[in-house]
Amino acid sequence: MPEFSFGNIAVYAYDMIGWVLVSYGLDPKLVVIIQKFLAAFLLANFALLTPIFTIWLERKIAARFQDRLGPNRVGPYGLFQSFADILKLLTKEIITPSGADKVVYFVGPILSVAPVLGIWVVIPFASTMIGANLNVGVLYSVAIGGIGTLAIMMGGWASNNKYALLGAFRAASQLVSYEVPLILALLIPTMLAGSMGMQDIVLAQGTWFVVYAPIAAAIFLVSSLAEIGRAPFDILEAESEIVAGYHVEYSGFLFAIWQLGEFLHAFTISALVSVLFLGGWRGPLADLYPILGIVYLLAKTYFVYFITMWIRATVPRIRIDQMNNLNWKFLVPLALAALVLVALVDKLLPASLAGSARAWAHFASNVVLMAIVFGMLRTESRRLQNLSAPAPVAAAH
Amino acid sequence: MVPLSWYLVLAALLFSIGIYGVLARANAIGILMALELMLNGVILNIVAFWRYRGPTQVSGQMFAIIVFAVAAAEAAVGLALIISIYRRRGTVVAEDVSLLKW
Amino acid sequence: MSAQQIVFLVTAGVIVISAALVVTVRNLIHASLWLVITLFAVAAIYVQLEADFLAVVQVILYIGAISILIIFSVMLTRRVMADTGPQRIPQWPLAAVLALLVFGGLAYLLVQVPWPLAPNVDVSDTVLALGEAFVDPNRYVIPFEVATVLLLVALVGSISLALPERESD
Repeated sequence: MPEFSFGNIAVYAYDMIGWVLVSYGLDPKLVVIIQKFLAAFLLANFALLTPIFTIWLERKIAARFQDRLGPNRVGPYGLFQSFADILKLLTKEIITPSGADKVVYFVGPILSVAPVLGIWVVIPFASTMIGANLNVGVLYSVAIGGIGTLAIMMGGWASNNKYALLGAFRAASQLVSYEVPLILALLIPTMLAGSMGMQDIVLAQGTWFVVYAPIAAAIFLVSSLAEIGRAPFDILEAESEIVAGYHVEYSGFLFAIWQLGEFLHAFTISALVSVLFLGGWRGPLADLYPILGIVYLLAKTYFVYFITMWIRATVPRIRIDQMNNLNWKFLVPLALAALVLVALVDKLLPASLAGSARAWAHFASNVVLMAIVFGMLRTESRRLQNLSAPAPVAAAH
Repeated sequence: MVPLSWYLVLAALLFSIGIYGVLARANAIGILMALELMLNGVILNIVAFWRYRGPTQVSGQMFAIIVFAVAAAEAAVGLALIISIYRRRGTVVAEDVSLLKW
Repeated sequence: MSAQQIVFLVTAGVIVISAALVVTVRNLIHASLWLVITLFAVAAIYVQLEADFLAVVQVILYIGAISILIIFSVMLTRRVMADTGPQRIPQWPLAAVLALLVFGGLAYLLVQVPWPLAPNVDVSDTVLALGEAFVDPNRYVIPFEVATVLLLVALVGSISLALPERESD
C-alpha cells in the first residue's frame, strides 16, 4: 500500500488506484495502462475546460481595459456567460457550404485543438507530476504546435470561400515564418539548462531564466502571440479585411471548436512561457509539497495570460508588411544575436561563478545588447521620419 | 521484437511507391510529393539499420539528420522552381515544360 | 505475435495505404494531406525504433514545414478547387511495372542478406551523444557546417527564384 503524504496527494491517488487494481488481481501491465489513461483523461479535461473560465476572464479584463463592465448578467459577475454561449453554439445548426470538401472541412477544427492538447503532455505540473518527461520535450512542443498551421490551412481551403482561402494563405506565411524566432528563442533555455527535457529545464532554474535571458523570453512571448494568431497578430482572421479569415464559413459547434483551439492555445503558450522562463512549478516549499507546484504553475500561467490579454486589448492590429518586417528584420536577427551572446557569456564566465550572481551577469549582458538594439532602432526611426517628413516646396521668406 | 527485415521491406515499399509517383504523376508538385516519399523510405532504411546494427554509434542518426537537411533544401528550391515556372508559363504539368528556351 | 509487432504492422499498413493514395489520388490537396498522414506514421515508426529526436524532427520538418509548403504551392498554382486534366501520364502502367520490379529486387536483396545484428542495447538517451558528436571537431562538425551552408544556399536560391521579376530589368 502506498504511503500517504498530503504534499504529494495527486501522486498518492495515482499510486493508490494502481495498488487497489493490482490487489483485485488485475495484470500489472494493464493497470499501468489504466492509470495512464485516467491521468491523461483528467489532464485533457482540465485543459479543455480551462477556456470556459479564461473566455470569461478575457472578456471581463478586456472590458476593463476599454472602460466597460463586460459580461455581468448570467450568474454572479457574469461567471456563467460562457455556459450560455456554449448552449447557444450547441443549438445552432452546423452549415456546410456548398462545394466544400466535407471531410477536410470537419477535420480542420478538430486538428486545431488536438495538437494543443498534445503540448500539455510535456508540461511539468510539479516535481513528481509530468505527463511524459521526453528528453526532446522542448522540440516536441514546437513540433506538435506546428500542426495547428496545417489545421488552419485545411479549414481555410475546404470552406470553398475566397476570404477563407486568403486567411489560410496569411496563416501559412505568418505561422511558418514566426516559427523561426520561436525556435531560436527556445534554444536559449535549452542551452542554459543543457537539456531539452521540460523537467530538467525547470530543475535548472534556481534563478528563473527570465533573469538569464530576458530578451529570449520577450522574443518567445511575441512570436508565440504571432503563432496563435491573436491580436495584434490576428491578420489571418482580420475582421475588417477578410471578414473572419479561415473560419468564416464555420457555424455552430464547429466554430466553437475553432475558438476553443485558439483560447486553449493562448493559455498553453502562457504555461510554456512560465515553464521555460518563469521557473515552472518552482516556488517556496514546492520541493517539500509537490502539490504546491500546481498552484505556482497556474499562478504564473495566469500572470503571463494576463500579459497577453493586456497586449491584445492595447495594441492595434499590425499590417502584413509590418508583420514580415518585425519577424525577418527584427526578431530573427535579435534572436540570433541573443543566442550568440548567451553562449559567449556562458563560456566566458568562470565556472566558480554560480547561482544568482551568474544569472545577473547574464542579465547585464542582455541589457547591454538591448541598449544597442534600441539605439539602432532609434536611428532607424529618425531616418524614416526624415524620409517621410514633407520637404518644403517653396521656403517662405 | 520486430525483425529488421520488416522495416527494410517497409522502406523498400515506400521507396517503390515513390518511384511510381515520380514516374506516373503529371503534376510537378505531385512529383515532388512522391520524391518526399522516396526520401522517407531511404531515411527509414538508415534508421532501421542504425537501430539494429550500430545502436551504440551516432553515425546512423547523423546520416539521417543530414538527409533531412538536404530534403528541406530540395523541397524549398523545388517548389520555388515550380512557382517560378507557373508564373512564366501558367502550367505545373511537367510535360508542358518541354522547351529549353523561349 | 507480440504487441510491438502488431503496432508495427498497423503503422506500416497506414504508411503503405496513405502513400499509395498520395501517388494515385486525383485531387492534389488530398494527395498532400495523405502525404501528411504518411509522414506522421513514419514518425511513429521512428518512435518504435527509439529514435525520438528523429521522430520529432520529422514532425517539425516534414509536417510543419515541407508539407505546408507543398499545400501552399498547390493552392497557389490552382485557380479553381477542382482538378482538371489528367493527373497521370499515359505511360503509367509502365511506371507501375518498373516500381514493382524495383520493389521486388530491393525486398529480395534486403531479406536475403543475413545482416549481422548488434546486441540489443538501451538507446533511450541519444540526444546528448548526438549533440556532442555534431560539434566535435574530430567527428561531424564539417558535415554539420556543410549542411548549414547548403541550407543557406537553398534559402537564398529559393528566394531569388520565386521573387517576381522587376519591371526595370
